[in-house]
Amino acid sequence: MADSMAQAAPQDGGTRRDFLQLVTASFAAVGVGAMAWPFISSMNPARDVLALSTTEVDLTPIAAGSAVTVMWRGKPVFVRNRTPEEIKEARAVPLSELRDPQTDQARVKKDNWLVLVGVCTHLGCVPLGQKPTDPRGDYGGWFCPCHGSHYDTAGRIRKGPAPLNLAVPDYAFNGDAKITVG
Amino acid sequence: MASGLHKSDVANPVLNWIDARLPVITMMQKEYGTFPTPRNFNYFWNFGALAMVNLLIMIATGIFLSMHYTAHTSMAFDSVERIMRDVNYGWLLRYAHANGASMFFIVVYTHIWRGLYYGSYKAPRELLWMLGVVIFLLMMATAFMGYVLPWGQMSFWGATVITNLFSALPLIGPDIVTFLWGGFSVDNPTLNRFFSLHYLMPFVIFGVVFLHVAALHITGSNNPLGIDPKGPQDTLPFHPYYTAKDSVGLVAYFAVFAILVFFFPNALGHPDNYIPANPLVTPPHIVPEWYFLPFYAILRAVPDKLGGVIMMFASIAILFVLPWLDTSPVRSMRFRPLARPFLFTWLVSFFVLLYCGGKPPEEPYVTISRVAAAYYFLYFLVILPLLGRLERPLPLPESIARPVLRGGGPVMAGAMSKPMEKA
Amino acid sequence: MRVFHSLRAFSLAAGLVAGAGLATVATPARAAEGAMHYPEVRFSFDGLFGHFDRASAQRGFQVYKEVCSNCHSMHLLSYRNLSELGLSDAEVRAIAATVQVQDGPNDEGQMFERPARPSDRFRSPFANEKAARAANNGALPPDLSVITKAREGGAEYIHALLMGYEDPPAGVTLMPGMNYNKYFAGHQIAMAQPLSSEGQVEYTDGTKPTVEQMVEDVSQFLTWAAEPELEQRKSLGVKMVLFLTVLGGLAYAVKRKVWADVH
Repeated sequence: MADSMAQAAPQDGGTRRDFLQLVTASFAAVGVGAMAWPFISSMNPARDVLALSTTEVDLTPIAAGSAVTVMWRGKPVFVRNRTPEEIKEARAVPLSELRDPQTDQARVKKDNWLVLVGVCTHLGCVPLGQKPTDPRGDYGGWFCPCHGSHYDTAGRIRKGPAPLNLAVPDYAFNGDAKITVG
Repeated sequence: MASGLHKSDVANPVLNWIDARLPVITMMQKEYGTFPTPRNFNYFWNFGALAMVNLLIMIATGIFLSMHYTAHTSMAFDSVERIMRDVNYGWLLRYAHANGASMFFIVVYTHIWRGLYYGSYKAPRELLWMLGVVIFLLMMATAFMGYVLPWGQMSFWGATVITNLFSALPLIGPDIVTFLWGGFSVDNPTLNRFFSLHYLMPFVIFGVVFLHVAALHITGSNNPLGIDPKGPQDTLPFHPYYTAKDSVGLVAYFAVFAILVFFFPNALGHPDNYIPANPLVTPPHIVPEWYFLPFYAILRAVPDKLGGVIMMFASIAILFVLPWLDTSPVRSMRFRPLARPFLFTWLVSFFVLLYCGGKPPEEPYVTISRVAAAYYFLYFLVILPLLGRLERPLPLPESIARPVLRGGGPVMAGAMSKPMEKA
Repeated sequence: MRVFHSLRAFSLAAGLVAGAGLATVATPARAAEGAMHYPEVRFSFDGLFGHFDRASAQRGFQVYKEVCSNCHSMHLLSYRNLSELGLSDAEVRAIAATVQVQDGPNDEGQMFERPARPSDRFRSPFANEKAARAANNGALPPDLSVITKAREGGAEYIHALLMGYEDPPAGVTLMPGMNYNKYFAGHQIAMAQPLSSEGQVEYTDGTKPTVEQMVEDVSQFLTWAAEPELEQRKSLGVKMVLFLTVLGGLAYAVKRKVWADVH
C-alpha cells in the first residue's frame, strides 16, 4: 500500500493533493515499517533461549593438567586447570611476539583456571587439545585441525590464520570450587 | 520481433536500461498504471485487492511462524505455545496468522458474493470465474491443514473427521484414508505431511492468482452495471483512481483485522484447541472453523454417508458450471428485479447453513439445514436456468458514463485526456 | 450523490463487521455448550485497556503453589516468568530453589535431583499421565498453563467453578468419589472443593484470605499464565486502531481529492 501511495505523488501541479498524498504516503510507510519490526524481531533469540544463557561448572573433579568441556549457549567452553609450568610458559612470552597482544594475567581470574570459549576465531571450528591424547599444537595449548591455527597455554593465537585469541566468556567464581559462565 | 530491445519510455536511465531488456516497468505501468478500468466501481471492487494483500500477509506470517514451529505430535502444541510466550512478538505473528485465515475467508466470501450479484461469472469471464473457484478450493485445503498444525483437540478431531470423508468412497475409500494418514490413524506422519503441504499450497494459490489476474486483464473488469465499457469516457486509468480507492478499503480492512487480533484473538477459534490432542477422547461437540460451517451443515443435512460427502463437494463444484446455469444475458442484478430476491434468499440460506453447521446435529437444526441446503441447490439448478427465460430485465443504460454523469457534477473531458500521471 | 456514496461505503463496512460478528456467534456452537451462565465477575484485565492486578496475581500464584499444584501441573511456565508479575530476580531464584527438579544424566549416567533455577519449567506433581490418574481415582487433573483459553468462559468459568460447589439438590445421587458443582458440565466433578475455608492460604501482604478472595486471585494468576502477552497486546492494539483511524482519514481524503474531477 505504501508503494501505491508513493506512486500516487503526481508530477504535475495540484500542490494540495501533493502534500496530502505525501503525508498519507509517509504515514503508511511508517505503519508498514512498524509492522516489519515484529517479523525481524521474531528471529532474535527468544526469551527461553536467553534464559538458558548461564551454565554452572563444578571445578572439584578437574585435576591439575586436565580440562573439561561444557556447553554454554550451544557452544563448547573449555575449563582447564593449568599446571605451574603451563602458567610459567604463558607468562614468559613477550607481548611483542603476539598477534593479539594480551597478558596471561588479563585472561584469568585465578592463575590456574583458564576459561575459554572453545571456538576457533578463524571460522568457528572447535580446536583440539582438551583430551590428553589430542594434539595441542606447537605452543602446547590448542590446535585447530580445520585450518591449522595454534594457540598457546593461555589460549592466545600464535600461528595460523586465526586473527584473535580464544575468547574469554563472562564468568564468576561461586566460592572456590564453582564457576558460573554467562 | 525476434530480437532487439523493448522501446521503453522510462526516463531514469538505469530503469530504462533494465526496462529495455526486461519490460517489467512497462508491464506494471500497462497493467496497474494506465489499465483502463470501468469508472463506476463501488467498494465491493476492493475485495480482490484485499484478498491479494491477505494472501501476502498469510505467507509472510506463515514463513516466520514456521521458523519456530515443530511438526511433531509430541512437540507441536508446546512449540506453538512457545511461540506465544517466548518468541519476540510471536503472539502477534500467530494471532495474525490464525485470524488472518478468518479475514481471508470474509474477504473471499465477499468477493464471491460480488461476482454472484453483479454477474461477473458470465461470458466472457467464465474462465476467470473458474480460476477463482480453484483458488477457493485450494484455500479451503490450506486452511484445513493449517488448523491441524497446533495439534489441539479440534485439530486432531477435525483432521480425523474430514479425512474420514474419503472413506465414504466405494471400494477404495478405506485405502485412500490410510494413504492420506500415512498410517492407521491421524498421527505423526499425517501432521508432517500436512505441514509440508500447508507450506506448499500458498505458493500454488499464488500461481493460480497470477492466472486469475492475467485472465482478468484480458477481459477487463465487470462493473456494477454489468455492461461493457464503450470507450474511454467509460473508463479511468487504474492509477491513481483505483489505487486510491483500494487504499481506503485496505485501511478499513486492517482496522477490522487489528480489532480481531489485538482485542478478540480467540473469538473465532475454539477453546478445545487449547487442549492438547488426545486420540482417546473426542470432545463432546466438534465443529470445524466457522468458514467451513455452511458446507459442514450440508454434509450433515444428508442422512446418507456417501450422499452427504457428494452433496458437500457438489455445493462448491456447482460454482464451476454456474456460468452456464445462469441463462440470462443480463449480468448485474440491478436490472433483474425477479432474480434479485431469489439471490438474496440464497444468501440467507448460506448464512442459515453457517449458523446450523455450528449447532449440534439435532432438531430443529437438522430440518432447517435440509431446507436451506435444498434451496442452495435449487437456486443454482432450477431457479437461475428458468429465470433466464421467464424474467424481463429492466432496460440497460446506454453506457457507463451516462448514469454516472446524470447524477450531477461538471461534465469532465475524460480522465484519459489528462496528462497521465507517473507510476 | 456523494452522501449516497459514503452511505454505501458505510453500509458495506457495517456489513463486513456484521458478517464477522455473525461468524463469531455461529462459531463453535457457543450457545450449545454455553447453556451454562456464569455469574459475572469484573476482572482488571477485561476491556480495551485491561491490565493484570499484579498483587492479586502474586497471591494467586501462592494459592496455586500451596493448593492447586498438589495435583495440577503448569508445564508451559518457567519460574523466570514470575518476574513478569513483579517479583525480583532474587525472589524468583528463591522460589525456584525451594523446588527439586530432575536433571541429568550426570557423568555417571544417573539422573539426579537439584534445586530448580529460574530457567526451569514449573515442576509437575506427577511423572506422567498414568501416575496422575492412578493418584486421582482415574481422573486426570488438567494442566493449568492455558486453562483460561481452553475453557468456554475463561477466567469467569474458573471463578464460577471454584465458587460453584454445593450440596447436591434433592434427587441427585453422586457417583462415588464425585462432588456436586453447579457450574461443571454434568455437575459431577472429581475434584473436591479445593478452596473451601477462609485462611487456607496465609497471605503475606495483609489481604484477608477469604474463599472468594483466593478464588479471584487464582483466576487472575491463571489468566496471566495463559495470556502473558495480554497487556502488550491490548496496548499495541489501542495504538494500532488510533493509527489506522488517522491513516483511514488521510486515505479517504486522498481518494476524494483524486476523484474530485470525476464526480
